[in-house]
Amino acid sequence: MKLPIYLDYSATCPVDPRVASKMAEQMTMEGNFGNPASRSHLYGWKAEEAVEEARRHVAELVNADPREIVWTSGATESDNLAIKGAAHFYQSKGKHIITSKIEHKAVLDTCRQLEREGFEVTYLNPREDGIVYPEQVEEALREDTILVSLMHVNNEIGVINDIAAIGELCRAKKVVFHVDAAQSAGKLPIDLAEMKVDLMSFSAHKAYGPKGIGALYVRRKPRVRLEAQMHGGGHERGMRSGTLPTHQIVGMGEAFRIAKEEMGAENERLIALRNRFWDQIKDMEEVHINGSVEQRVPGNLNVSFAFVEGESLIMSLRDLAISSGSACTSASLEPSYVLRALGVNDELAHSSLRFSFGRFTTESDVDTAAVEVRKAVEKLRELSPLWDMYKDGIDLNTIEWAAH
Amino acid sequence: MAYSDKVIDHYEHPRNVGRLDDKSDNVGTGMVGAPACGDVMRLQIQVNENGVIEDAKFKTYGCGSAIASSSLLTEWVKGKSIDEAEQIKNTAIAEELALPPVKIHCSVLAEDAIKAAVKDIRAKRGLVSGGAGEAQEEAAS
Repeated sequence: MKLPIYLDYSATCPVDPRVASKMAEQMTMEGNFGNPASRSHLYGWKAEEAVEEARRHVAELVNADPREIVWTSGATESDNLAIKGAAHFYQSKGKHIITSKIEHKAVLDTCRQLEREGFEVTYLNPREDGIVYPEQVEEALREDTILVSLMHVNNEIGVINDIAAIGELCRAKKVVFHVDAAQSAGKLPIDLAEMKVDLMSFSAHKAYGPKGIGALYVRRKPRVRLEAQMHGGGHERGMRSGTLPTHQIVGMGEAFRIAKEEMGAENERLIALRNRFWDQIKDMEEVHINGSVEQRVPGNLNVSFAFVEGESLIMSLRDLAISSGSACTSASLEPSYVLRALGVNDELAHSSLRFSFGRFTTESDVDTAAVEVRKAVEKLRELSPLWDMYKDGIDLNTIEWAAH
Repeated sequence: MAYSDKVIDHYEHPRNVGRLDDKSDNVGTGMVGAPACGDVMRLQIQVNENGVIEDAKFKTYGCGSAIASSSLLTEWVKGKSIDEAEQIKNTAIAEELALPPVKIHCSVLAEDAIKAAVKDIRAKRGLVSGGAGEAQEEAAS
Protein backbone atom coordinates (compact mmCIF):
# COMPACT_ATOMS: atom_id res chain seq x y z
CA MET A 1 0.00 0.00 0.00
CA LYS A 2 1.31 3.42 -0.95
CA LEU A 3 1.40 5.84 1.97
CA PRO A 4 -0.08 8.26 2.65
CA ILE A 5 -3.32 6.89 1.20
CA TYR A 6 -4.64 9.43 -1.29
CA LEU A 7 -8.20 10.45 -0.40
CA ASP A 8 -8.19 13.94 -1.86
CA TYR A 9 -9.49 13.35 -5.38
CA SER A 10 -11.64 16.48 -5.17
CA ALA A 11 -8.44 18.52 -4.96
CA THR A 12 -6.82 16.83 -7.91
CA CYS A 13 -6.45 13.38 -9.48
CA PRO A 14 -3.40 11.51 -10.62
CA VAL A 15 -3.25 11.40 -14.42
CA ASP A 16 -4.59 8.11 -15.75
CA PRO A 17 -1.65 6.17 -17.25
CA ARG A 18 -3.57 5.85 -20.53
CA VAL A 19 -3.79 9.63 -20.64
CA ALA A 20 -0.12 10.12 -19.77
CA SER A 21 1.07 7.85 -22.57
CA LYS A 22 -1.03 9.71 -25.15
CA MET A 23 0.31 13.02 -23.91
CA ALA A 24 3.88 11.80 -24.19
CA GLU A 25 3.35 11.26 -27.92
CA GLN A 26 2.74 14.97 -28.52
CA MET A 27 6.05 16.48 -27.54
CA THR A 28 9.31 15.33 -29.09
CA MET A 29 10.79 15.54 -32.58
CA GLU A 30 9.54 12.01 -33.21
CA GLY A 31 6.13 12.87 -31.85
CA ASN A 32 3.31 15.25 -32.73
CA PHE A 33 5.02 18.46 -31.60
CA GLY A 34 3.73 20.90 -34.23
CA ASN A 35 1.84 24.12 -33.65
CA PRO A 36 -1.84 23.40 -34.35
CA ALA A 37 -2.11 26.89 -35.85
CA SER A 38 0.59 26.21 -38.49
CA ARG A 39 -1.28 25.92 -41.77
CA SER A 40 1.68 25.49 -44.07
CA HIS A 41 3.02 22.02 -43.25
CA LEU A 42 2.23 18.51 -42.11
CA TYR A 43 3.44 19.08 -38.51
CA GLY A 44 0.83 21.74 -38.00
CA TRP A 45 -1.92 19.77 -39.71
CA LYS A 46 -1.28 16.71 -37.58
CA ALA A 47 -1.27 18.73 -34.38
CA GLU A 48 -4.52 20.38 -35.40
CA GLU A 49 -6.02 16.98 -36.07
CA ALA A 50 -5.10 15.81 -32.56
CA VAL A 51 -6.56 18.97 -31.02
CA GLU A 52 -9.81 18.56 -32.94
CA GLU A 53 -10.11 14.92 -31.97
CA ALA A 54 -9.71 15.92 -28.33
CA ARG A 55 -12.31 18.64 -28.77
CA ARG A 56 -14.74 15.99 -30.03
CA HIS A 57 -14.09 13.83 -26.97
CA VAL A 58 -14.79 16.72 -24.60
CA ALA A 59 -17.93 17.65 -26.55
CA GLU A 60 -19.17 14.07 -26.58
CA LEU A 61 -18.94 13.70 -22.81
CA VAL A 62 -21.47 16.51 -22.40
CA ASN A 63 -23.39 16.03 -25.66
CA ALA A 64 -22.32 19.33 -27.19
CA ASP A 65 -21.07 20.39 -30.61
CA PRO A 66 -17.25 20.44 -30.80
CA ARG A 67 -17.45 24.01 -32.10
CA GLU A 68 -18.89 24.97 -28.70
CA ILE A 69 -15.72 23.98 -26.83
CA VAL A 70 -13.07 26.65 -26.14
CA TRP A 71 -9.74 25.55 -24.63
CA THR A 72 -8.53 27.40 -21.56
CA SER A 73 -5.87 26.86 -18.91
CA GLY A 74 -8.35 25.37 -16.45
CA ALA A 75 -11.67 25.90 -14.74
CA THR A 76 -10.49 29.10 -13.04
CA GLU A 77 -9.80 30.71 -16.39
CA SER A 78 -13.05 29.30 -17.80
CA ASP A 79 -14.99 30.85 -14.92
CA ASN A 80 -13.25 34.19 -15.45
CA LEU A 81 -13.86 34.15 -19.19
CA ALA A 82 -17.50 33.12 -18.80
CA ILE A 83 -18.45 35.58 -16.07
CA LYS A 84 -16.41 38.63 -17.05
CA GLY A 85 -16.87 37.89 -20.73
CA ALA A 86 -20.66 37.67 -20.51
CA ALA A 87 -20.99 40.54 -18.01
CA HIS A 88 -18.93 42.86 -20.18
CA PHE A 89 -20.71 41.88 -23.36
CA TYR A 90 -24.24 42.18 -22.00
CA GLN A 91 -23.80 45.10 -19.61
CA SER A 92 -25.90 47.40 -21.75
CA LYS A 93 -28.88 45.13 -20.92
CA GLY A 94 -28.35 45.28 -17.18
CA LYS A 95 -25.76 44.96 -14.44
CA HIS A 96 -27.22 42.37 -12.07
CA ILE A 97 -25.62 38.97 -11.52
CA ILE A 98 -26.80 36.05 -9.36
CA THR A 99 -24.49 33.48 -7.81
CA SER A 100 -24.26 31.64 -4.47
CA LYS A 101 -22.21 31.98 -1.32
CA ILE A 102 -20.65 28.56 -1.70
CA GLU A 103 -19.18 28.93 -5.18
CA HIS A 104 -15.52 28.29 -5.81
CA LYS A 105 -13.29 31.30 -5.25
CA ALA A 106 -12.74 31.51 -9.00
CA VAL A 107 -16.39 32.55 -9.28
CA LEU A 108 -16.67 34.54 -6.04
CA ASP A 109 -13.54 36.61 -6.61
CA THR A 110 -14.51 37.25 -10.22
CA CYS A 111 -17.90 38.50 -9.02
CA ARG A 112 -16.16 40.73 -6.48
CA GLN A 113 -14.11 42.22 -9.28
CA LEU A 114 -17.28 42.93 -11.27
CA GLU A 115 -18.77 44.61 -8.20
CA ARG A 116 -15.78 46.93 -8.20
CA GLU A 117 -16.59 47.68 -11.84
CA GLY A 118 -20.13 48.68 -10.93
CA PHE A 119 -22.07 45.43 -11.29
CA GLU A 120 -24.47 44.32 -8.58
CA VAL A 121 -24.22 40.72 -7.36
CA THR A 122 -26.77 38.69 -5.36
CA TYR A 123 -25.16 35.86 -3.36
CA LEU A 124 -27.76 33.18 -2.69
CA ASN A 125 -27.52 31.24 0.53
CA PRO A 126 -27.89 27.49 0.02
CA ARG A 127 -30.33 25.63 2.25
CA GLU A 128 -29.08 23.46 5.10
CA ASP A 129 -28.47 20.56 2.71
CA GLY A 130 -26.06 22.69 0.69
CA ILE A 131 -28.32 22.92 -2.35
CA VAL A 132 -29.39 26.12 -4.09
CA TYR A 133 -33.00 25.52 -5.10
CA PRO A 134 -34.55 26.74 -8.37
CA GLU A 135 -37.18 28.76 -6.52
CA GLN A 136 -34.42 30.72 -4.79
CA VAL A 137 -33.04 31.66 -8.19
CA GLU A 138 -36.50 32.53 -9.45
CA GLU A 139 -37.05 34.89 -6.53
CA ALA A 140 -33.72 36.60 -7.11
CA LEU A 141 -34.15 37.15 -10.86
CA ARG A 142 -34.79 40.80 -11.78
CA GLU A 143 -35.45 42.82 -14.91
CA ASP A 144 -31.80 43.83 -15.06
CA THR A 145 -30.33 40.36 -14.33
CA ILE A 146 -27.95 39.40 -17.13
CA LEU A 147 -26.15 36.37 -15.70
CA VAL A 148 -26.65 33.50 -13.26
CA SER A 149 -23.54 31.55 -12.27
CA LEU A 150 -23.92 28.42 -10.13
CA MET A 151 -21.82 25.33 -9.63
CA HIS A 152 -23.08 21.92 -10.64
CA VAL A 153 -21.33 20.11 -7.78
CA ASN A 154 -19.80 21.80 -4.76
CA ASN A 155 -16.11 21.10 -4.27
CA GLU A 156 -16.22 20.78 -0.48
CA ILE A 157 -19.45 18.94 0.21
CA GLY A 158 -20.13 17.31 -3.17
CA VAL A 159 -23.84 18.21 -3.31
CA ILE A 160 -25.54 18.54 -6.68
CA ASN A 161 -27.61 21.49 -7.84
CA ASP A 162 -30.55 20.94 -10.19
CA ILE A 163 -29.04 22.87 -13.07
CA ALA A 164 -31.61 21.58 -15.58
CA ALA A 165 -34.43 23.25 -13.65
CA ILE A 166 -32.44 26.43 -13.04
CA GLY A 167 -31.56 26.52 -16.75
CA GLU A 168 -35.27 26.51 -17.67
CA LEU A 169 -35.86 29.55 -15.45
CA CYS A 170 -32.94 31.47 -16.89
CA ARG A 171 -33.84 30.68 -20.50
CA ALA A 172 -37.43 31.81 -19.94
CA LYS A 173 -36.09 35.18 -18.80
CA LYS A 174 -33.32 35.28 -21.44
CA VAL A 175 -30.66 35.39 -18.74
CA VAL A 176 -27.27 33.83 -19.51
CA PHE A 177 -26.66 30.76 -17.33
CA HIS A 178 -23.10 29.74 -16.47
CA VAL A 179 -22.33 26.50 -14.65
CA ASP A 180 -19.00 25.59 -13.09
CA ALA A 181 -18.81 21.85 -13.78
CA ALA A 182 -15.23 21.32 -12.60
CA GLN A 183 -16.40 18.80 -9.99
CA SER A 184 -19.10 17.13 -12.05
CA ALA A 185 -17.75 16.53 -15.55
CA GLY A 186 -17.04 12.83 -15.90
CA LYS A 187 -18.80 12.11 -12.61
CA LEU A 188 -22.42 12.92 -13.47
CA PRO A 189 -24.29 12.65 -16.75
CA ILE A 190 -24.43 16.05 -18.46
CA ASP A 191 -26.50 16.54 -21.60
CA LEU A 192 -26.12 20.04 -22.96
CA ALA A 193 -28.49 19.33 -25.84
CA GLU A 194 -31.19 19.00 -23.18
CA MET A 195 -30.01 21.27 -20.36
CA LYS A 196 -30.47 24.96 -20.97
CA VAL A 197 -26.99 25.93 -19.91
CA ASP A 198 -25.22 28.65 -21.90
CA LEU A 199 -21.70 28.47 -20.52
CA MET A 200 -20.03 25.60 -18.70
CA SER A 201 -16.53 25.41 -17.17
CA PHE A 202 -14.48 22.23 -17.23
CA SER A 203 -11.19 21.17 -15.71
CA ALA A 204 -9.07 18.25 -16.89
CA HIS A 205 -7.25 17.43 -13.67
CA LYS A 206 -10.40 16.67 -11.68
CA ALA A 207 -11.09 13.89 -14.17
CA TYR A 208 -7.70 12.14 -14.39
CA GLY A 209 -6.31 14.52 -17.00
CA PRO A 210 -3.35 16.89 -16.62
CA LYS A 211 -3.31 20.18 -14.70
CA GLY A 212 -3.11 23.40 -16.66
CA ILE A 213 -5.85 22.67 -19.17
CA GLY A 214 -9.58 23.18 -19.13
CA ALA A 215 -12.37 24.23 -21.41
CA LEU A 216 -15.37 26.52 -21.60
CA TYR A 217 -18.52 25.42 -23.34
CA VAL A 218 -20.07 28.37 -25.19
CA ARG A 219 -23.54 27.68 -26.60
CA ARG A 220 -24.13 28.34 -30.30
CA LYS A 221 -27.93 28.04 -30.41
CA PRO A 222 -29.13 30.37 -29.04
CA ARG A 223 -25.81 32.04 -29.48
CA VAL A 224 -24.01 33.36 -26.42
CA ARG A 225 -21.48 36.14 -26.89
CA LEU A 226 -18.43 36.83 -24.78
CA GLU A 227 -15.90 39.60 -24.61
CA ALA A 228 -12.46 38.01 -24.82
CA GLN A 229 -10.23 38.35 -21.75
CA MET A 230 -7.03 37.23 -23.48
CA HIS A 231 -6.08 39.01 -26.68
CA GLY A 232 -3.59 37.89 -29.27
CA GLY A 233 -3.59 35.67 -32.32
CA GLY A 234 -7.32 35.16 -32.35
CA HIS A 235 -7.25 31.47 -31.49
CA GLU A 236 -10.41 29.70 -30.39
CA ARG A 237 -12.68 31.91 -32.52
CA GLY A 238 -11.19 34.99 -30.94
CA MET A 239 -12.45 34.03 -27.50
CA ARG A 240 -9.11 32.91 -26.12
CA SER A 241 -5.83 33.66 -27.82
CA GLY A 242 -2.68 31.72 -27.15
CA THR A 243 -0.89 28.79 -28.79
CA LEU A 244 -2.79 25.62 -28.08
CA PRO A 245 -0.85 23.18 -25.88
CA THR A 246 -1.37 20.02 -27.92
CA HIS A 247 -0.14 17.60 -25.25
CA GLN A 248 -2.40 19.10 -22.57
CA ILE A 249 -5.39 19.18 -24.88
CA VAL A 250 -4.86 15.59 -26.03
CA GLY A 251 -4.60 14.63 -22.35
CA MET A 252 -7.90 16.29 -21.51
CA GLY A 253 -9.56 14.71 -24.54
CA GLU A 254 -8.39 11.24 -23.62
CA ALA A 255 -9.38 11.74 -19.97
CA PHE A 256 -12.88 12.82 -20.97
CA ARG A 257 -13.16 9.96 -23.50
CA ILE A 258 -12.32 7.46 -20.76
CA ALA A 259 -14.71 9.18 -18.35
CA LYS A 260 -17.60 8.81 -20.78
CA GLU A 261 -16.84 5.15 -21.26
CA GLU A 262 -16.30 4.23 -17.62
CA MET A 263 -18.47 6.65 -15.65
CA GLY A 264 -21.29 4.21 -14.95
CA ALA A 265 -19.16 1.41 -13.55
CA GLU A 266 -16.87 3.84 -11.76
CA ASN A 267 -19.74 5.53 -9.96
CA GLU A 268 -21.10 2.22 -8.73
CA ARG A 269 -17.67 1.33 -7.40
CA LEU A 270 -17.22 4.72 -5.73
CA ILE A 271 -20.61 4.60 -4.03
CA ALA A 272 -19.75 1.15 -2.69
CA LEU A 273 -16.41 2.43 -1.39
CA ARG A 274 -17.97 5.48 0.20
CA ASN A 275 -20.62 3.37 1.91
CA ARG A 276 -18.00 0.91 3.05
CA PHE A 277 -16.05 3.73 4.66
CA TRP A 278 -19.07 5.41 6.22
CA ASP A 279 -20.38 2.09 7.59
CA GLN A 280 -17.17 1.74 9.58
CA ILE A 281 -17.33 5.14 11.25
CA LYS A 282 -21.02 6.05 11.43
CA ASP A 283 -21.63 4.33 14.79
CA MET A 284 -19.28 6.77 16.52
CA GLU A 285 -21.05 9.38 18.63
CA GLU A 286 -21.60 12.85 17.24
CA VAL A 287 -20.33 12.23 13.73
CA HIS A 288 -22.30 14.06 11.03
CA ILE A 289 -22.27 14.20 7.24
CA ASN A 290 -22.34 17.77 5.92
CA GLY A 291 -24.68 18.42 3.02
CA SER A 292 -27.30 16.27 1.37
CA VAL A 293 -26.51 12.55 1.39
CA GLU A 294 -28.87 11.68 -1.47
CA GLN A 295 -28.04 14.52 -3.83
CA ARG A 296 -24.28 14.08 -3.74
CA VAL A 297 -21.54 13.12 -6.16
CA PRO A 298 -20.37 9.51 -5.58
CA GLY A 299 -16.76 10.13 -4.49
CA ASN A 300 -17.31 12.76 -1.79
CA LEU A 301 -17.88 12.50 1.94
CA ASN A 302 -17.61 15.57 4.17
CA VAL A 303 -17.84 14.66 7.83
CA SER A 304 -17.83 16.62 11.08
CA PHE A 305 -16.35 14.93 14.12
CA ALA A 306 -17.73 16.99 16.97
CA PHE A 307 -15.42 18.07 19.81
CA VAL A 308 -12.29 17.39 17.77
CA GLU A 309 -10.48 20.12 15.86
CA GLY A 310 -9.87 19.45 12.16
CA GLU A 311 -6.27 20.51 11.90
CA SER A 312 -5.15 18.33 14.80
CA LEU A 313 -7.17 15.49 13.32
CA ILE A 314 -5.30 15.81 10.05
CA MET A 315 -2.05 15.90 12.01
CA SER A 316 -3.00 12.56 13.57
CA LEU A 317 -3.92 11.11 10.22
CA ARG A 318 -0.50 11.41 8.67
CA ASP A 319 -1.03 8.20 6.69
CA LEU A 320 -4.04 9.71 4.98
CA ALA A 321 -3.94 12.49 2.39
CA ILE A 322 -7.17 14.36 3.12
CA SER A 323 -8.20 17.95 3.51
CA SER A 324 -9.83 19.85 6.30
CA GLY A 325 -13.19 21.44 5.72
CA SER A 326 -11.66 24.31 7.59
CA ALA A 327 -9.07 26.49 5.99
CA CYS A 328 -6.85 26.43 9.08
CA THR A 329 -4.05 24.78 7.17
CA SER A 330 -3.79 27.70 4.83
CA ALA A 331 -2.80 29.96 7.72
CA SER A 332 -6.27 31.39 7.98
CA LEU A 333 -8.07 30.59 11.19
CA GLU A 334 -11.51 30.87 9.66
CA PRO A 335 -13.57 27.72 9.32
CA SER A 336 -14.90 26.79 5.89
CA TYR A 337 -17.11 29.48 4.33
CA VAL A 338 -19.05 26.72 2.60
CA LEU A 339 -20.02 24.98 5.84
CA ARG A 340 -20.82 28.28 7.50
CA ALA A 341 -23.16 29.19 4.66
CA LEU A 342 -24.99 25.91 5.33
CA GLY A 343 -25.55 27.03 8.89
CA VAL A 344 -23.11 24.50 10.35
CA ASN A 345 -21.94 26.03 13.62
CA ASP A 346 -18.35 27.19 13.87
CA GLU A 347 -17.37 24.43 16.23
CA LEU A 348 -18.55 21.69 13.88
CA ALA A 349 -17.14 23.54 10.89
CA HIS A 350 -13.74 23.45 12.61
CA SER A 351 -14.18 19.71 13.10
CA SER A 352 -14.81 18.62 9.55
CA LEU A 353 -12.83 16.61 7.05
CA ARG A 354 -13.37 16.02 3.35
CA PHE A 355 -12.72 12.50 2.13
CA SER A 356 -12.80 12.12 -1.63
CA PHE A 357 -12.42 8.74 -3.25
CA GLY A 358 -11.43 8.02 -6.84
CA ARG A 359 -10.38 5.70 -9.60
CA PHE A 360 -7.39 4.25 -7.80
CA THR A 361 -8.91 3.95 -4.31
CA THR A 362 -9.18 0.35 -3.09
CA GLU A 363 -11.27 -1.37 -0.46
CA SER A 364 -8.20 -1.86 1.69
CA ASP A 365 -7.48 1.88 1.41
CA VAL A 366 -10.86 2.78 2.86
CA ASP A 367 -10.64 0.07 5.53
CA THR A 368 -7.29 1.39 6.70
CA ALA A 369 -8.58 4.93 6.58
CA ALA A 370 -11.61 4.07 8.70
CA VAL A 371 -9.45 2.40 11.36
CA GLU A 372 -7.09 5.39 11.45
CA VAL A 373 -9.93 7.88 11.66
CA ARG A 374 -11.56 6.05 14.56
CA LYS A 375 -8.25 5.86 16.42
CA ALA A 376 -7.47 9.52 15.89
CA VAL A 377 -10.91 10.78 16.85
CA GLU A 378 -10.94 8.66 19.99
CA LYS A 379 -7.48 9.86 20.98
CA LEU A 380 -8.31 13.52 20.42
CA ARG A 381 -11.62 13.25 22.24
CA GLU A 382 -9.71 11.93 25.24
CA LEU A 383 -7.74 15.17 25.01
CA SER A 384 -10.75 17.39 24.46
CA PRO A 385 -12.34 19.40 27.28
CA LEU A 386 -15.40 19.82 25.06
CA TRP A 387 -15.85 16.06 24.89
CA ASP A 388 -15.70 15.93 28.71
CA MET A 389 -18.36 18.58 28.90
CA TYR A 390 -20.53 16.80 26.37
CA LYS A 391 -20.19 13.59 28.38
CA ASP A 392 -21.14 15.50 31.53
CA GLY A 393 -24.30 16.58 29.77
CA ILE A 394 -23.31 20.24 29.46
CA ASP A 395 -24.74 22.07 26.46
CA LEU A 396 -21.80 23.95 24.97
CA ASN A 397 -24.12 26.61 23.58
CA THR A 398 -25.06 27.68 27.10
CA ILE A 399 -21.49 28.63 27.96
CA GLU A 400 -20.22 32.12 27.47
CA TRP A 401 -16.94 31.69 25.67
CA ALA A 402 -14.38 34.40 25.50
CA ALA A 403 -13.77 34.78 21.78
CA HIS A 404 -10.15 35.46 21.03
CA MET B 1 2.26 23.03 7.53
CA ALA B 2 5.50 21.75 8.95
CA TYR B 3 5.54 21.36 12.71
CA SER B 4 8.70 21.46 14.80
CA ASP B 5 9.90 18.20 16.33
CA LYS B 6 8.97 19.49 19.79
CA VAL B 7 5.40 20.21 18.76
CA ILE B 8 5.11 16.76 17.23
CA ASP B 9 6.59 15.15 20.34
CA HIS B 10 4.12 16.89 22.66
CA TYR B 11 1.28 16.22 20.28
CA GLU B 12 2.01 12.52 19.98
CA HIS B 13 2.94 12.04 23.63
CA PRO B 14 1.03 14.72 25.48
CA ARG B 15 2.12 15.12 29.12
CA ASN B 16 -0.31 15.33 32.00
CA VAL B 17 -3.55 14.80 30.14
CA GLY B 18 -6.49 14.59 32.46
CA ARG B 19 -8.77 16.18 34.89
CA LEU B 20 -8.55 17.19 38.53
CA ASP B 21 -11.55 17.64 40.78
CA ASP B 22 -12.51 21.22 40.13
CA LYS B 23 -14.65 21.26 43.29
CA SER B 24 -11.55 20.70 45.43
CA ASP B 25 -10.22 23.71 47.34
CA ASN B 26 -6.72 22.77 46.26
CA VAL B 27 -7.49 22.84 42.54
CA GLY B 28 -7.48 25.89 40.34
CA THR B 29 -9.07 25.65 36.90
CA GLY B 30 -8.46 27.88 33.92
CA MET B 31 -10.65 27.40 30.87
CA VAL B 32 -9.88 29.73 27.98
CA GLY B 33 -10.65 30.03 24.29
CA ALA B 34 -13.83 29.30 22.38
CA PRO B 35 -15.00 26.41 20.21
CA ALA B 36 -15.94 28.84 17.47
CA CYS B 37 -12.32 29.97 17.24
CA GLY B 38 -11.07 26.40 17.10
CA ASP B 39 -9.25 26.39 20.45
CA VAL B 40 -10.35 25.62 23.99
CA MET B 41 -7.84 24.92 26.75
CA ARG B 42 -8.61 23.64 30.22
CA LEU B 43 -5.65 23.81 32.58
CA GLN B 44 -5.92 22.63 36.18
CA ILE B 45 -3.37 23.01 38.93
CA GLN B 46 -3.28 21.32 42.33
CA VAL B 47 -1.70 23.67 44.84
CA ASN B 48 -0.45 22.83 48.33
CA GLU B 49 -0.63 25.03 51.46
CA ASN B 50 2.63 26.74 50.57
CA GLY B 51 1.30 27.84 47.24
CA VAL B 52 3.37 25.34 45.28
CA ILE B 53 1.88 23.57 42.30
CA GLU B 54 2.08 19.85 43.00
CA ASP B 55 0.23 18.59 39.99
CA ALA B 56 -1.11 19.93 36.73
CA LYS B 57 -3.47 18.46 34.15
CA PHE B 58 -4.81 19.72 30.87
CA LYS B 59 -7.22 18.96 28.10
CA THR B 60 -7.21 20.95 24.88
CA TYR B 61 -9.45 21.15 21.86
CA GLY B 62 -7.41 22.73 19.12
CA CYS B 63 -4.64 22.35 16.61
CA GLY B 64 -1.37 20.52 17.25
CA SER B 65 0.34 23.70 18.42
CA ALA B 66 -2.39 24.42 20.94
CA ILE B 67 -2.15 20.90 22.32
CA ALA B 68 1.64 21.12 22.48
CA SER B 69 1.55 24.56 24.16
CA SER B 70 -0.70 23.33 26.95
CA SER B 71 1.19 20.07 27.36
CA LEU B 72 4.48 21.95 27.71
CA LEU B 73 2.89 24.37 30.16
CA THR B 74 1.86 21.56 32.53
CA GLU B 75 5.48 20.40 32.60
CA TRP B 76 6.75 23.87 33.35
CA VAL B 77 4.35 24.79 36.13
CA LYS B 78 4.80 21.66 38.22
CA GLY B 79 6.96 22.47 41.27
CA LYS B 80 6.62 26.21 40.74
CA SER B 81 4.81 28.52 43.12
CA ILE B 82 1.66 30.09 41.77
CA ASP B 83 3.43 33.45 41.75
CA GLU B 84 6.19 32.06 39.56
CA ALA B 85 3.74 30.21 37.34
CA GLU B 86 1.78 33.28 36.48
CA GLN B 87 4.97 34.95 35.30
CA ILE B 88 5.33 32.46 32.45
CA LYS B 89 5.22 34.35 29.19
CA ASN B 90 3.75 33.19 25.93
CA THR B 91 6.96 34.16 24.16
CA ALA B 92 8.88 31.55 26.13
CA ILE B 93 6.42 28.86 25.10
CA ALA B 94 6.46 29.98 21.47
CA GLU B 95 10.25 29.97 21.48
CA GLU B 96 10.57 26.55 23.12
CA LEU B 97 8.16 25.00 20.59
CA ALA B 98 9.44 27.04 17.64
CA LEU B 99 5.89 28.08 16.79
CA PRO B 100 5.42 29.81 13.43
CA PRO B 101 3.80 33.29 13.47
CA VAL B 102 0.30 31.98 12.63
CA LYS B 103 0.43 29.77 15.73
CA ILE B 104 1.57 32.38 18.25
CA HIS B 105 -2.01 32.70 19.46
CA CYS B 106 -1.75 29.13 20.81
CA SER B 107 1.00 30.21 23.19
CA VAL B 108 -1.00 33.29 24.16
CA LEU B 109 -3.90 31.01 25.02
CA ALA B 110 -1.62 28.89 27.21
CA GLU B 111 -0.45 31.98 29.09
CA ASP B 112 -4.09 32.99 29.57
CA ALA B 113 -4.87 29.49 30.85
CA ILE B 114 -2.27 29.50 33.64
CA LYS B 115 -3.25 33.04 34.65
CA ALA B 116 -6.89 31.97 34.83
CA ALA B 117 -6.05 28.86 36.88
CA VAL B 118 -3.99 30.88 39.35
CA LYS B 119 -6.77 33.44 39.62
CA ASP B 120 -9.23 30.63 40.34
CA ILE B 121 -7.14 29.10 43.13
CA ARG B 122 -6.58 32.53 44.67
CA ALA B 123 -10.30 33.19 44.67
CA LYS B 124 -10.97 29.81 46.24
CA ARG B 125 -8.31 30.25 48.89
CA GLY B 126 -9.60 33.68 49.70
CA LEU B 127 -13.09 32.40 50.22
CA VAL B 128 -12.10 29.28 52.10
CA SER B 129 -9.34 30.27 54.52
CA GLY B 130 -10.29 33.64 55.84
CA GLY B 131 -13.34 35.13 54.29
CA ALA B 132 -13.77 38.27 52.28
CA GLY B 133 -11.02 40.32 53.95
CA GLU B 134 -8.18 38.11 52.88
CA ALA B 135 -9.52 37.76 49.35
CA GLN B 136 -9.53 41.51 48.95
CA GLU B 137 -6.01 41.72 50.30
CA GLU B 138 -4.84 39.21 47.76
CA ALA B 139 -6.63 40.90 44.96
CA ALA B 140 -4.97 44.18 45.92
CA SER B 141 -1.47 42.75 46.13
